[in-house]
Amino acid sequence: MPFIPHTPADTAAMLEAIGARSVDELFDEIPEALRCGPLTHVPSALTEQQISRLMQERATADGTFLNFIGAGAYEHHIPAAVWEIATRGEFYTAYTPYQAEASQGTLQLLYEFQTMIASLTGMDVSNASLYDGSSALAEAVLMAVRLHGNSRRVLMPETVHPLYRQVVEAIVTAQSIVLETVPAGEDGRTDMDALRKQLPGAAALVIPQPNFFGCLEDAPEMVQLAQEAQALTIGLVNPIACALLAPPGEWGPGCDIAVGEGQSLGAPLSSGGPYFGFMACKRPHVRQMPGRIVGRTVDAEGRDAFTLTLQAREQHIRRSKATSNICTNQGLLVTAATIHMALLGPAGLRQVALASHAHTKRLVARLTAIAGIRLAYPNTPFFHEAVLRIDAPVPDVLRALEAQGILGGYALSEAFAALADGLLVCATETKTEADIERYAEQLERIVSKRRMEPPCAYKDNNQRSL
Amino acid sequence: MLIFDRSQPGRVNAAQMPPAMDLPSDIPEALLRRQPLVLPEVSELQAVRHYTRLSQRNFSIDTHFYPLGSCTMKYNPRASNALAMLPGFLNRHPLAPESTGQGFLACLFELQEILKDVTGMRGVSLTPMAGAQGEFAGVAMIRAYHKARGDEARDEILIPKAAHGTNPATAAMCGYRVHEIDVKPDGDIDLAALDAAIGPRTAGLMLTNPSTLGVFDRHILDIAQRVHKAGGLLYYDGANLNAILGQVKPGDMGFDVIHLNLHKTFSTPHGGGGPGAGPVGVSERLLPFLPVPIVGESRGHYYWITEKTRPQSIGRLSTFMGNAGVLLRAYVYARLIGREGMPRIAQYAVLNANYLLRKLAALGFEPAYKGRRATHEFLLTLKNLKDATSVTAMDVAKRLLDKGYHAPTVYFPLMVPECFLIEPTETEGLDELDGFIAAMAEILLEARTSPDVLKGAPHTLPVRRLDEVRAARELNLTWTPPHKTHS
Repeated sequence: MPFIPHTPADTAAMLEAIGARSVDELFDEIPEALRCGPLTHVPSALTEQQISRLMQERATADGTFLNFIGAGAYEHHIPAAVWEIATRGEFYTAYTPYQAEASQGTLQLLYEFQTMIASLTGMDVSNASLYDGSSALAEAVLMAVRLHGNSRRVLMPETVHPLYRQVVEAIVTAQSIVLETVPAGEDGRTDMDALRKQLPGAAALVIPQPNFFGCLEDAPEMVQLAQEAQALTIGLVNPIACALLAPPGEWGPGCDIAVGEGQSLGAPLSSGGPYFGFMACKRPHVRQMPGRIVGRTVDAEGRDAFTLTLQAREQHIRRSKATSNICTNQGLLVTAATIHMALLGPAGLRQVALASHAHTKRLVARLTAIAGIRLAYPNTPFFHEAVLRIDAPVPDVLRALEAQGILGGYALSEAFAALADGLLVCATETKTEADIERYAEQLERIVSKRRMEPPCAYKDNNQRSL
Repeated sequence: MLIFDRSQPGRVNAAQMPPAMDLPSDIPEALLRRQPLVLPEVSELQAVRHYTRLSQRNFSIDTHFYPLGSCTMKYNPRASNALAMLPGFLNRHPLAPESTGQGFLACLFELQEILKDVTGMRGVSLTPMAGAQGEFAGVAMIRAYHKARGDEARDEILIPKAAHGTNPATAAMCGYRVHEIDVKPDGDIDLAALDAAIGPRTAGLMLTNPSTLGVFDRHILDIAQRVHKAGGLLYYDGANLNAILGQVKPGDMGFDVIHLNLHKTFSTPHGGGGPGAGPVGVSERLLPFLPVPIVGESRGHYYWITEKTRPQSIGRLSTFMGNAGVLLRAYVYARLIGREGMPRIAQYAVLNANYLLRKLAALGFEPAYKGRRATHEFLLTLKNLKDATSVTAMDVAKRLLDKGYHAPTVYFPLMVPECFLIEPTETEGLDELDGFIAAMAEILLEARTSPDVLKGAPHTLPVRRLDEVRAARELNLTWTPPHKTHS
């Protein structure tokens, strides 16, 4: 019996102590009609060796690729020590630290994490994390509406990640909050004239930095405009970029709330999760912040100690009047992120940001030297992603690159009708000059061929020749 | 000591400094960071030692019996972690084409099929990232269902008083009014109260069965019939599925929608408070509303089902595919347990709980629901002990820590005074259970002879009881360098 330690003698002794003839008798309060027969769609048990073999086959079946996709999840080096320590049983198999005396390790780590995130975002206080970047943004929208009190209209720039906009829509609309899109201008940034017209009467404005296209918004000006219109501001940021770029706390008079996807801080790409969302805010807003928060205090002997605090905001106390239904944070990912940030330090994190920025600039310079490829927003500075426009069908190009072991970027046609020829590319610190050169050579060959003889000869996944 | 206290300016981990191409940047000065970044400057060894030592200040399943009721703290097989962390899974980008993730998608598809079978539901979506998000998805689907039928007068969700706090919080997040239903002294729902509450405004009923009181509601078929007759839907909170896995299917009880906590029933780690995973399952009529993405299969090829083919979906709840790595861990666990093993989980979880209940009752601890079977957990009330000795449930809980046992859930459900919700799980053996019983016996004796020992507990942990009031009043949520005042 996998993971069940009972011997037949144990079971017999226990049943005798209970006064039951069989284990089945212990289910006698359940109506007989409800007892199900054998499961039919669960396969028979495998041994650890058998499942290991299966998983290894599946993990390697699809091959390995040189990846230039970003779009919300970024390939960064993770120091070996990070997951070695995060998966220690004492972190990995502990529960939410309700019993503070038996959870000082996790609690102190969360306090250190909150300090790191507050500094990174330039804000006063941070919570102990939320599920992921997009759901954190949804929580920030709900929080801003609670703080504002008089309006339920929230401005969401078109330059926010399209999947984030979908998630926010799914989560907040049940509370009759209206999300209003602020259009993007031709420079890949939020159209400031449109924004000025839409701001009056709005509860909050979301400000992505860098935005989904990798472009840098005039975030300080956006905060200024919002504040003049008495709208709250939510900065949506990449944590690596915060080591180089002005963080939300430094935008003009400072954002009210900062949120983002924490994946770049030590979480592997892992097909989309688990990641973690982070949230920080100005100090007066802390009682409307959702999620776990750890505070520093003392014990009965005056020793330094840490505990969950402000729990009166939370569902297990406030029930239907809680700030959110959120129960967990992403503790294990936060453990990894905290160790990750400690290992990199301020210089290391800044160097990752600088390297990612420089490598993307190199990638863009090299790719736009190819005939038929140009930068979509040539006059707008970008961080570590950029939109290219390609004079060949983007899906075909991506398939041809895939056949060469390269994931060339994220096609924008699906989310942005005006960018049918758009490709979002990213090169972090993990990409070398040789990687960029390999991508460029393949792309040049593929694009020159497509431009001359469309449509392509490439018909299905099995046909690898071009 | 905080990691920041170990920091020295100018210390750099050269091994973690990426090489960079030296290119000029065109980022305007006004958009660059001005404030210094407050991160520790420590060596790799200092960081490794600091966090290893912190880990040792935790109780965990790997180190301690952890009978935390309603949390299902059972053994998390190491194989689940090792196999979910194979490089091929870890390095895959979430937006990489389906063709590069067939192995990953196959695992998720098969997990969907397994969860459909054990819950008796028609469709499953794996995307919700925690139980609370699964609840949100479930109630949002109930809302979408009524709306699609033009039945928009339904603005109330019924919830038993004993329910998890997430239930009413979720209903409120979905825009519903919450109507709480009383529970009878025997732990079952008060059907008369239900009848009085139910009506044309009822959108649905959220129920955990076995309930948070540790008993199986014997009238579940009756309840389901009444809710359905009134036009409402039935929501199953899967927090306690471990009690009935492979024995009873929520679908057979009449539930229309269910969420599971894979970090409970399917043994994925709790990680110090997440990540969890809260997949949702639905009956036929809610299929169109499931959150996306879902994994589909056609002649051996796996693909994403998205809003394009599910226009009525409640939408996306996570940027990509929920807590994908947690789903892989649950998949590995399900395959290790297999068809034969699933019903055994419920059998031994229930056997362990009933054994503990019987033994603790014999010592003089009072069951909250006398005469009822324990399910996978049971509730004690220490009210009489408190009246006799002034020792509270919290004191007993803290004293258990001294004796090397994590405390059970205390003061939940709120309606039972001085309560202790105890869930041993199936992965604990007889020796461990007997050790816990012996510790409880010692504590009972101490309560009568030297109650101050309990009131001052814990004595042997890194810290004594904390000043929680100070934590909330003098908020100190971040460290700041000594010369500044903290925020």
